[in-house]
Amino acid sequence: MDAILLQVLNGIDKGSAYALIALGLTLIFGTLGVVNFAHGALFMLGAFVAVTVGKILDISKITIDPERLDFLGNPAKIRTPYVTEWFGDFGYWLIEWSVLVSVVVAIPVMVLIGIIMERGLIKHFYNRPHADQILVTFGLAIVLQNIIKAVYGANPIPQSAPDLLQGSVDFGVLVGMTKDTVIYPLWRLVYFIFSMVLIGGVFAFLRFTTFGMVVRAGMADRETVGLLGINIDRRFTIMFGVAAAVAGLAGVMYTPISPPNYPMGMDFLVLSFVVVVVGGMGSLPGAVLAGFLLGIIESFASMPLIKDAIAAIGLPAIDQIIIYLIAVIVLLVRPRGLMGKTGIMEE
Amino acid sequence: MSRLIMNRRGLLKTGAAVGAGMAMPTVLTAGGHGYANAPTGSTVTLGFNVPQSGPYADEGADELRAYYLAVKHLNGEGDGGMMNTFSSKELQGTGILGRKVEYVTGDTQTKSDAARASAQSMIQKDGAVMITGGSSSGVAVAVQALCQEAGIIFMAGLTHSNDTTGKDKKANGFRHFFNSYMSGAALAPVLENAYGNDRVAYHLTADYNWGWTTQESVQAATEAKGWTTVANVLTPLTATDFSSYIAPVLNSGADVLVLNHYGGNMINSLTSAVQFGLRDKLVNDKNFEIVVPLYSRLMARGAGENVKGIYGSTNWHWSLQDEGSKAFVQSFGEEYGFPPSQAAHTVYCQTLLYADACERAGTHQPCAVVEALEGFDFDGLGNGPTHYRAEDHQCFKDVLVVRGKENPTSEFDLLEIVEVTPRAQVEYPADHPMFAGGALGNCNNG
Repeated sequence: MDAILLQVLNGIDKGSAYALIALGLTLIFGTLGVVNFAHGALFMLGAFVAVTVGKILDISKITIDPERLDFLGNPAKIRTPYVTEWFGDFGYWLIEWSVLVSVVVAIPVMVLIGIIMERGLIKHFYNRPHADQILVTFGLAIVLQNIIKAVYGANPIPQSAPDLLQGSVDFGVLVGMTKDTVIYPLWRLVYFIFSMVLIGGVFAFLRFTTFGMVVRAGMADRETVGLLGINIDRRFTIMFGVAAAVAGLAGVMYTPISPPNYPMGMDFLVLSFVVVVVGGMGSLPGAVLAGFLLGIIESFASMPLIKDAIAAIGLPAIDQIIIYLIAVIVLLVRPRGLMGKTGIMEE
Repeated sequence: MSRLIMNRRGLLKTGAAVGAGMAMPTVLTAGGHGYANAPTGSTVTLGFNVPQSGPYADEGADELRAYYLAVKHLNGEGDGGMMNTFSSKELQGTGILGRKVEYVTGDTQTKSDAARASAQSMIQKDGAVMITGGSSSGVAVAVQALCQEAGIIFMAGLTHSNDTTGKDKKANGFRHFFNSYMSGAALAPVLENAYGNDRVAYHLTADYNWGWTTQESVQAATEAKGWTTVANVLTPLTATDFSSYIAPVLNSGADVLVLNHYGGNMINSLTSAVQFGLRDKLVNDKNFEIVVPLYSRLMARGAGENVKGIYGSTNWHWSLQDEGSKAFVQSFGEEYGFPPSQAAHTVYCQTLLYADACERAGTHQPCAVVEALEGFDFDGLGNGPTHYRAEDHQCFKDVLVVRGKENPTSEFDLLEIVEVTPRAQVEYPADHPMFAGGALGNCNNG
């Protein structure tokens, strides 16, 4: 029971990331009709916003300490971050909570990156076949990856969660189980809650604001909304920015879970596309549901018990392909995905 | 419109002409000297084949820095580095055999096929007389086999799998770096001292050549000390989130987790293990412990604070205080502003060892170089007295057991040396079962 609960918990944090990326993908596809293979790169860029904020906060004044020696035997250089010099304790607080500071910074940065990406490149491919859109956005993703690699190197760069949110919680005790049976990292819980709030926020924005209502109307019938004199293109561009921000924030908050490196976006992208397809192209609730579902199934497939059972019947390990197997089964049974609508990607 | 009509005689003529053409480069280069890519002018070209892209690009970059430094020293520039401390005094800073050393570089991308293609290109197009490099055992084994076929010497870089000088060993290939067996042999006594001999280990193992041999070696060495192994779970090399592999460890009854992972795998699995509170757990009335058999400073930097207090092994570390290590750190540090990694150290050594072997042999001819390196005893290159064993072309030297430092004093000061395990403790017979299944074969001059 405890093992099952642990894998469910593992699944929901992985599923949170899938759901957030898939949500952005679906938003872009639903509004602009673009299959955006650069969306994983937006997740990665968000993570590197956190890295950049961390590095900026760490810009230091260098003083020479004759008492201490460096690795070459020369007097050591002592680094003191300027923010701590300028702001004292508040400076230390900024450094410790740099991930959350990055969330604030990432929102405008990612919206801007999204808008630039849409206006500068993607809008030229609206009337082109999906294959062209995939090629150009995939190419863009590779370019972005290589820029990040050139600037930050290939190795992962660790980012810490604030001290208060480090460590783990005994989840088992919380649900009445024996002590030390279900230990779960605190930051992963934070990530799950954050993703829930973000997903809820996006849904509320689309549901309860006039802007969101217009966007939903545009998703349903773009021409008619346009005929009513509403500049739907501008709103869709802003939605692209919103989708970029969602992916970016998912990336920022993921950095204490897994140290960011340049290929991280591609790792999530392919799986997120499968999530979108399983959830149903164009369906926002479907993307979220499939994200969590596939995250949990992937976790279960990694359990030694399952791996041993599969090995016992002579099959190779399926933990890396389980998502694709599930996708095949879902599409065979429900060709439009779990919550897909008629007519989308069927022309 | 014309039609190509080819009869049997024409086909034979054309075939003979094409065959002769294809053989021409080899005939021209090997004809006078009896070996492939024999240098004829005033320069000699070495091929540095390292990952310049992909997950080990930072290690590849550090290897390249060390190669550039080695070339500089061989050509008589700079402070000479470890050439001054090397026990063999053949190298005089006049290149190799009086020829100025030049180099070409290739990108392995940490992929065997890409590594072979770039090595092939350096051999055929650039006339490299020796290929060196690699930050992956899969790549090293693939390139070593290619060099054997082409009649070129291969001086392996960072490759730790037993197979490189075990079942996949080749007469034209040499490894200075240590291996999985040595890691197990060095680590086990230290782990026994630190954690006792009544431990239950759970292994997470990268599902490829290096992971398998490392797991096998560490399991054998720790079980010989009384430990038991409760599970060995293979993880895909492409995995990035290890939480679902870590979670079952909690309730497995294990009190030690051995992470047979390297690079990004190690960073992510160790981060997950620490986040899941494994190190705070008390199992079987003992503190839960984590072990990382192969450490790298560059990787330790990626794992951040999570490496604190965790044991592992390494081939070399910049804080060693022997004259060779100090000379190398000084030279590298002055040149680049930071200390070298173990990857940089091993490739620098390999370059000097190759150059020295050529000097002693009086030629670049691969079989003569092989003969000069086989059974060669040397010192002054940072690992104490070292022996290049003739039977498998594996270097035998002291191995370092290290631990993540609790209170680093700088961004480079991440690991502390716990023990310099003497060479005798990590030696094994050439026919040891973990290295069985292959043969060196005969050296190939091309």
